[in-house]
Amino acid sequence: MSRPPGPRWAEALLPPLVALAIALVVGDLLILTFGQSPRIVWGVLLEGTWGNAYGMGQVLYKATTLTCTGLAVAVALRAGLFNIAAESQLAAGGFGAAMAGLALPAGAPAILAVPFCLGAAMTAGAIVGAVPGGLKAKAGANEVIVTICLNFLVLALLNWAVAEHLHVPDSLHTATIRAGGLPRLADVHAAFRGSAGNATVLVAVAAIVATWWGLFRTPGGYALRAVGLSPAAAEYGGVSLGRTWFRALVWSGALAGLGGVNYVLGYKRYYEEGFGFGAGFLGIAVALVGRNHPVGVGIAALLFATLSQGGLAVNALVPKQMMDVLQAVVILAVVASVPEVRRLVAQAVPRRP
Amino acid sequence: MSDLLFQWLRIAAPYLCAAAGGVLSERAGIIALTLEGYLLAGAFGAALGALATDGPWLGVAAGIGAATAVAALHAAATLRFRADQVVTGVALNLLVDGATTFVLRRVYDSSANSPRVEGFGSGGDLGSPVGWLALLALPALWWLLARTRFGLRVRAVGEAPEAATTAGISVARVRWLAVLGSGALAGLGGAFLALDQHKFSTGMTAGRGFIALAAVIFGRWDPLRTAGACLLFAAAETLQIRLQGTAAIPSQFTEMIPYALTIVALATLAGRAAAPAALGKAES
Repeated sequence: MSRPPGPRWAEALLPPLVALAIALVVGDLLILTFGQSPRIVWGVLLEGTWGNAYGMGQVLYKATTLTCTGLAVAVALRAGLFNIAAESQLAAGGFGAAMAGLALPAGAPAILAVPFCLGAAMTAGAIVGAVPGGLKAKAGANEVIVTICLNFLVLALLNWAVAEHLHVPDSLHTATIRAGGLPRLADVHAAFRGSAGNATVLVAVAAIVATWWGLFRTPGGYALRAVGLSPAAAEYGGVSLGRTWFRALVWSGALAGLGGVNYVLGYKRYYEEGFGFGAGFLGIAVALVGRNHPVGVGIAALLFATLSQGGLAVNALVPKQMMDVLQAVVILAVVASVPEVRRLVAQAVPRRP
Repeated sequence: MSDLLFQWLRIAAPYLCAAAGGVLSERAGIIALTLEGYLLAGAFGAALGALATDGPWLGVAAGIGAATAVAALHAAATLRFRADQVVTGVALNLLVDGATTFVLRRVYDSSANSPRVEGFGSGGDLGSPVGWLALLALPALWWLLARTRFGLRVRAVGEAPEAATTAGISVARVRWLAVLGSGALAGLGGAFLALDQHKFSTGMTAGRGFIALAAVIFGRWDPLRTAGACLLFAAAETLQIRLQGTAAIPSQFTEMIPYALTIVALATLAGRAAAPAALGKAES
């Protein structure tokens, strides 16, 4: 609109940069409590993540899941809604992909099998998203609480299905899928051997582009953002709030579900209880730090994936839980500095008459 | 029969404390997503405090202190910096989970368990004297909210902050006190948990804070109804433990009860009308 580009960039970029600076200082202090040198620990962290092919493969793998859950949270937030159920939508997506892969005949051509499994993952996530969407649209039920409750319900249901019916004896995972598997990075170049990185990273990049297109270049995306910015104004302009909320949460669920493909089709080729490891909750952080922009989400996912993989790299020197603390510090610093920065930027730029 | 009753109350005790904290915070307009973090911080503080001082009551005090400190962070972020309450809650839960494990490894060189905490010994029927305090938490909160000047102010800032400001009430101060109080109450629940299990282990609260939050909503933000919801959820859990092995109902289904009931309650009109009007809205 009429705001000059400079301060808009400042408003978007300052909070994450401030947060990173604060996290570095807190990290230094935590490292010092263990009597280690911050310079050495940060060096080991960088070496163990971006310093070799294995580390890079692991970071890309983790960033792939986080991109999907981050996009899921961001799409909902653009419509003014919190989707806290990305964790269970991710699990449901992985479950859907595994069921699809198990239902296919062995040797089904990849060109059919992979889209079928991707579709199953998105559908499973979308179904979980439709519950809070429908309840919000029809009954006005608060989506924060519904999605929190839904996490526990869906995960318990999936755990029951796997534990009682679908598991391989003495394990908590299903049988290996017959078709629909995606190539690993190690199949492309031997240096990636052992890392979980796989072709789902391309799916995540496609999801970033598609989400950007959907949000900023389609009438539906325009309506969604309008509802998020000002529900009353959007409704006055002829947008149906209930329908938009429902669509936003269904798309959000589908994106989170897509993330399940990374583990199930790309890495292990089976569904396993608890494979998400909190990536759904971290999606909230990724969306926040990425400022709800699809490209920002991709960058933030790389950052959080680096922290998470870096924690494993430095675990011999300092506990890897230091990275959980730093991730929380980044979230808190961003969320606390956004209103402050907005106020300062508004003061610095004189309003046009 | 009586040990069934006491087992039930012991399971209910952390829920009752945390839910009391949840009612207090949410009635003042601040979303209580952090109950899980308060409980975990309370358990951690109590275990470390009791081990360091050899005194169970000092442990309880340390647990309350630790959880209140986390609550102070929540209050500072949401009230001073106007940070989003949901995001802050999620971040603080992550922070407490990471920080407790980090410190555990620093102090006891273990990333799973603290050493055994003697606490109150066998502690009687309810596990410890803290259990009796837990039973009193919600009735006391009912009295506070319904019968005292401070309670009236809490309800005022949660329902109509602008009107409260006009009446000369400092909205921020009342909310600060309510959030700190909610941390202290939930911290008491965490302390009960650690002293009852005679140790701290990482992630030992295992979603109890969210069950407590579900009880607050199912209880429609009313202290006494919320107490009923806590007792109901605890009863389902007790039954599950008693039925274990008989394979009557898979445990995954009893785990669903609190959450399923809460969603049903929210989906019906009654749940919607009861939420404090200013819940989650930043005061501008």
